[in-house]
Amino acid sequence: MAVARPAAAAQFVLVSAALGALIYAFVSFDFSVLYVASNSNSALPTFYRVAAVWGAHEGSLVLWQWILALWTLAVALLSGRLPITFAARVLGVLGIVSLGFHLFTLVTSNPFERLLPPAFDGRDLNPVLQDPALALHPPLLYTGYVGFAVAFAFACAAMLEGKMDQTWARWTRPWTTAAWAFLTIGIALGSWWAYYELGWGGYWFWDPVENASFMPWLIGTALIHSLAVTDKRGLFKAWTLLLAILAFSMSLLGTFLVRSGVLVSVHSFAADPSRGMFILAFLVVVIGGALSLYAWRAPLLRSPAGFELTARESFLLFNNVLLVIAATVVFGGTLAPLISDALGLGTLSVGTQYFNPTFLLPIIPLLALVSVGIHSNWKRGRIGDKTRVLVRTFALALALALALIYGAYGPAGKWLTPVGAVLGIWIILSSLVDPIDRLRRKMTLPRSVVGMTIAHIALGVFVLSLTVVESYTIERDAALRPGESLQLGRYAYRFEGIEPLEGPNYDGVRGEVTVFRDGKQVGRLFPEKRNYWVQGQVMTEADIDTRWNKNVFAALGEDLGAGSWSVRAQIRPLIDYVWLAALLMALGGAVAASDRRYRLATRTENEPLDVGPGVEGATS
Amino acid sequence: MTPRKRRMVLVLGILAGVGLAAALASKAMRDNVMFFFDPSQIAAGEVPTGDRFRLGGMVELGSIERAPGSLEVKFVVTDFKHKIPVTYNKVLPDLFREGQGVVAHGRLQSGVFVADDVLAKHDENYMPPEVERSLKEKHGGQMPAAETATKTTLVEPGAQPQVVSDVLTVSGS
Repeated sequence: MAVARPAAAAQFVLVSAALGALIYAFVSFDFSVLYVASNSNSALPTFYRVAAVWGAHEGSLVLWQWILALWTLAVALLSGRLPITFAARVLGVLGIVSLGFHLFTLVTSNPFERLLPPAFDGRDLNPVLQDPALALHPPLLYTGYVGFAVAFAFACAAMLEGKMDQTWARWTRPWTTAAWAFLTIGIALGSWWAYYELGWGGYWFWDPVENASFMPWLIGTALIHSLAVTDKRGLFKAWTLLLAILAFSMSLLGTFLVRSGVLVSVHSFAADPSRGMFILAFLVVVIGGALSLYAWRAPLLRSPAGFELTARESFLLFNNVLLVIAATVVFGGTLAPLISDALGLGTLSVGTQYFNPTFLLPIIPLLALVSVGIHSNWKRGRIGDKTRVLVRTFALALALALALIYGAYGPAGKWLTPVGAVLGIWIILSSLVDPIDRLRRKMTLPRSVVGMTIAHIALGVFVLSLTVVESYTIERDAALRPGESLQLGRYAYRFEGIEPLEGPNYDGVRGEVTVFRDGKQVGRLFPEKRNYWVQGQVMTEADIDTRWNKNVFAALGEDLGAGSWSVRAQIRPLIDYVWLAALLMALGGAVAASDRRYRLATRTENEPLDVGPGVEGATS
Repeated sequence: MTPRKRRMVLVLGILAGVGLAAALASKAMRDNVMFFFDPSQIAAGEVPTGDRFRLGGMVELGSIERAPGSLEVKFVVTDFKHKIPVTYNKVLPDLFREGQGVVAHGRLQSGVFVADDVLAKHDENYMPPEVERSLKEKHGGQMPAAETATKTTLVEPGAQPQVVSDVLTVSGS
């Protein structure tokens, strides 16, 4: 047991050495390493040479392992107050997961494979990946994905011990919330990148790879709420364990979907069946093992207390059920093509037409229940006391939503527009009631409450801005000669012409577009068409004028002959607030995770207390 | 209500909700999935009339046609057995070329495929898996020589040719 912590530290050091060696190979142009030769080039700027480390399969696995080693190290360092057997079990489970990934890399994806004789120059990093947001997207996303391994390990350790109490939930909560916050930022960055780099102004495609990151997020969100119940009331124990297993399973499944290339996707990377088989086998071992453990141990966990139908526990239960349904819907849509193909039912694809309506089905009731749930009490369901505040906030939300729709944007002709606007504003208002009340009564606000409030406000902002984006975006493609204009609502785009363009590893053309609003010039846009030399790829670099309440977007299509170019024009109101809301949500998570309550947990609780010299000795 | 009864009600309610959601989701899936067809299947009349579907194949060499200065483009998708003319009037993806694999979403209208979305991968050597399979079935695993020759590999001497990462651009939607 005493070995666990030093072993975690050693693992971190060794994996860091591997990652460092790979980064060094990239920075020093070592084209005798196949992976470097495939993903870098002598003309690639340094920043992207480092980012190129996780630009393809092998390197992103090394990054994955390093992040897992980092989480393991963090658990080892911060678990000083945990009972030593429990800490050892957590680290043991994390070690097993690490072992699986180390083996995977060794067997199927050696990043240091030699290329002899060395290549004269590298094949370059895929140009779509040469972007700052995408350099940061994988590390953040993986930190979130892998972070759920910690919750998973805590769950397995609890099942191995055969007991689980409120203290357990208090230990697990900050880890889960932190992982969830990283995942939130990771997904938002990916969506932002798709919007300006890849998607021609689209920001979410219900693409398998996006879904792969979204499913663990949905389950992780359910887990956070279920952990709150386990922490405060000692209920939902078995359910919490199941969610912890599911959240990490979804992370592994996501890795399988992305890495095996079984799905046709907007951005599915290297396809290799042997890798797919390995991850699938690993998935079966880890999830199968954890679920068997669950089937064996979960019946031992009894919840001591009941609760009333309108108590907070009920609302959090609804939250969980609806989130799991939403995740299931996404899961079904993502895997349906795979299943249909395997069963010989034909090659099919599932798109937005399926995902949008089926996802909203559980999500709209969920959003409607958020405001009610926020005002409910633990254990007792005297929701009657809160009727007044509920009715008032709802009426105010309704008035504000109508003012927004009729005052600023005009009716959109979709029933979802008023529903989304009202629900978004209602959530924001409801989240503010309790903190304002506490402040007025000169009570202190613990960080967990502040964090929760921030995250819930962010949810409201997210719903509201997404509603506006989806209801009021206007877009048009047109063929334009220099001097010609296209009209888009109150905006006019005048195409001025193109000029040649030269970059460090590409050349191309740069278009110029003057934007007018009601006949008055409001800005100029310079969308680019780049031709990357090494891979011979053509890239569209959109130009976006970011205003406080909208994005004015232009992308240059292709030369249509006769001096004319295709141009995509798009006006997206409030789109930036969708991503800002995600950042705010993550900030809420970070604030909540830093609450002192979790750090003092073992001291204040009457459960296992063994902070002693023995434990301190083991850490050193 | 006793706690046991209350729990039963809760469980039944949740089950009913899950059941309802599953039923609606499967209905939405039946109504909204898009099946993949190649030109031969279309020629054989396998496509239900009026359905939106995915068409896949190769863009025939020399088939791209557009009136100079117009967004409207016509091209022919072929599986080397049958051909289908396609029209599209949005911005085409960056790697849309003659002699390359392509997948388009749209409907058949009097023998012409009217596309509302055209996809092409962000890699010179990329072939959409469905298209590759459909072509293999037609040619016993062999790609027609004329077409393979048009696919240029840009691998440096010494490096093994491999698809490093293929990224699909979505134009439209």
